[in-house]
Amino acid sequence: MASAGNNPRALPWALVTPALAWTCAFFVLPFIAMGLSSLTAHEGGGFTLANYSQFFTDPSYWRAMVNSVEVTAIVTVISILLAYPFAWILAEMVPERWQRLALMLAVLPFWTSYVVRSYSWLLVLAQNGVINRALTGIGLIGEPLQLANTRLATVTGFVHFFVMLLTLTIFANLKQLSPSYRKAAADLGAGPVRTFLHVVLPLTLPGIMVGAFLTFVLCIGDYITPQILGGNNELVMPQLVMMQIGRRGDFPLASALSIILMAVVTIAYLACARWLKIERA
Amino acid sequence: MTANARTPLFTLKSHLVAACATAALLIAAGGAEAADLNALIWCDHSDPALLEPFEKANNVKVNVKEFEGTGAGLAIVEQSQPGDWDVMVIDSIDVPRGVEKGLFEPLPEDKLPFADLFPEVKMDKSTIVDGKRYGITEKFGYNTIGFNKTKVDPADMQSLASLTSDKYKGKVAIYDYYLPVIGMAALAIGKKTADLTEADLPALKAELLKMKANAKLVGEVTASQTALATGEVDILVGGGEWVTAGLAKENPALDFSIPKEGAVLWSQSLAMFKDSKNKDMALKFIQYILSPEGQARLATSSCYWGMPSNTKAALTDEQKKILRFDEQPGFLARAQAYPAPNADLDKKMQDMWTEMLQAQ
Repeated sequence: MASAGNNPRALPWALVTPALAWTCAFFVLPFIAMGLSSLTAHEGGGFTLANYSQFFTDPSYWRAMVNSVEVTAIVTVISILLAYPFAWILAEMVPERWQRLALMLAVLPFWTSYVVRSYSWLLVLAQNGVINRALTGIGLIGEPLQLANTRLATVTGFVHFFVMLLTLTIFANLKQLSPSYRKAAADLGAGPVRTFLHVVLPLTLPGIMVGAFLTFVLCIGDYITPQILGGNNELVMPQLVMMQIGRRGDFPLASALSIILMAVVTIAYLACARWLKIERA
Repeated sequence: MTANARTPLFTLKSHLVAACATAALLIAAGGAEAADLNALIWCDHSDPALLEPFEKANNVKVNVKEFEGTGAGLAIVEQSQPGDWDVMVIDSIDVPRGVEKGLFEPLPEDKLPFADLFPEVKMDKSTIVDGKRYGITEKFGYNTIGFNKTKVDPADMQSLASLTSDKYKGKVAIYDYYLPVIGMAALAIGKKTADLTEADLPALKAELLKMKANAKLVGEVTASQTALATGEVDILVGGGEWVTAGLAKENPALDFSIPKEGAVLWSQSLAMFKDSKNKDMALKFIQYILSPEGQARLATSSCYWGMPSNTKAALTDEQKKILRFDEQPGFLARAQAYPAPNADLDKKMQDMWTEMLQAQ
């Protein structure tokens, strides 16, 4: 066999082999194992499609997927609406010398455990929490509002976690945008609003979509926040997966549900890639 | 092995799962040495106050791996090499599941303090299989009603009917484990947990939905405990002494009751693995946990409190008071065992639980 040094065509393969081996070991093989597991019966191990048919025929299972997609969509949209202005302010209005500090402050929440932050939100939103005490204290409401253990609480927690992630991706995109585009638009008579809508926004859409896709993936695959903040009052798919494993150890059904969840993520990716051309970003 | 299990699909899947599991185990075990004791445990056993005295006395390192739920625990075992694990904590009612899989070693009754255990928690129907004992109950308690006695009428808490009354609407949390809460629903409708069949599911579902309609949340241990501690709810269905005992110092208003209809007895056992490479040390560990000192430390573990199965546990008077040690004979007389459905009924019960969670 020719060494990579003698054969220039072998060098790229030699360089890429560790990454390929890593991907095979930690993604492809486990994925195949999960796919095969999803096609076997929990008792006996024979081939079956029952795990998939259960998802499509049991309304409570189907409802979990609807809940997952609804919550994820709401979180993604709200996060974008909050993150864009924030990223804009960071990129355009904060002086360069303060931007590094501002970015550090933006990522500060990530230094705290995800679970701790969820429980912190639970205390904030609880019946005796900060918000209800403040509202009752100033006489705005007579009785505490039901904030914790609701979808609102789940969405609030998620938005807090992901808005910074989106801010960073949009900020990076805004910083890469050459000022020449805005100057050119101004030279052609466009006002600030028109320049933003017709020049800046379309050019930063790839950054928005990358962040939105990351938010989508992380949000739809999470079960901790719905578990802690949602009060288990509506199940999402990852919770359903965990339920199959806990006592019964039904890995085939859990695998089938995971494959279906991955299919939804894949569809979301294809939708983003096709319509917004992420791959060219 | 069944004919189905020999299909190429199954064989390929098995090989892939084994490859992935081996890699995962290498990471999880962290290079544990054969002289060490490897224990699959629940979180109450990871308390240093429990493990350190044993480690010092026997010059051994106890490597622990926590798991939640028998299914998850057995999956870890199946994905390990024989001999990787020495002892396991398991729901007493699930001991036969491990025996059926050929995992456990019979325990030497003459070397363990069976005579000192509360008779009701020996759980011979589960822990003895084909005349051999495979598990010994180390800790127990009740899935029952936990409540804040300053917010509810304690007299109401003596009946499961209060859980579905309008008086406590929105004041209730439900512990998120389907079997004991289904057991409580069975008690509420006058059924014995040991006699539950598929025919009982519609009535059980109706009762669960009534409970859900009154509930603010369905939460795992920490979430439901937090809800009770912060005043988010005043009643915890399926909670019990492990919730109120752990919080007793901070909030003495928390209490639990064993209602007139009864409560569901939970019981955890220790089992030894057949393929353990360190059976002598495994037995010493089980003996330590069942000793009066080990029992006291396990009962008051920082993760959760629970009744020690050994009547001679070296608890202080204060600890006994919190655990309501002296009232146990009366509680045990009214308690019923966890529902122990077969695989088919278990699946149907879990699906019913899923429906209940999704109900608005």
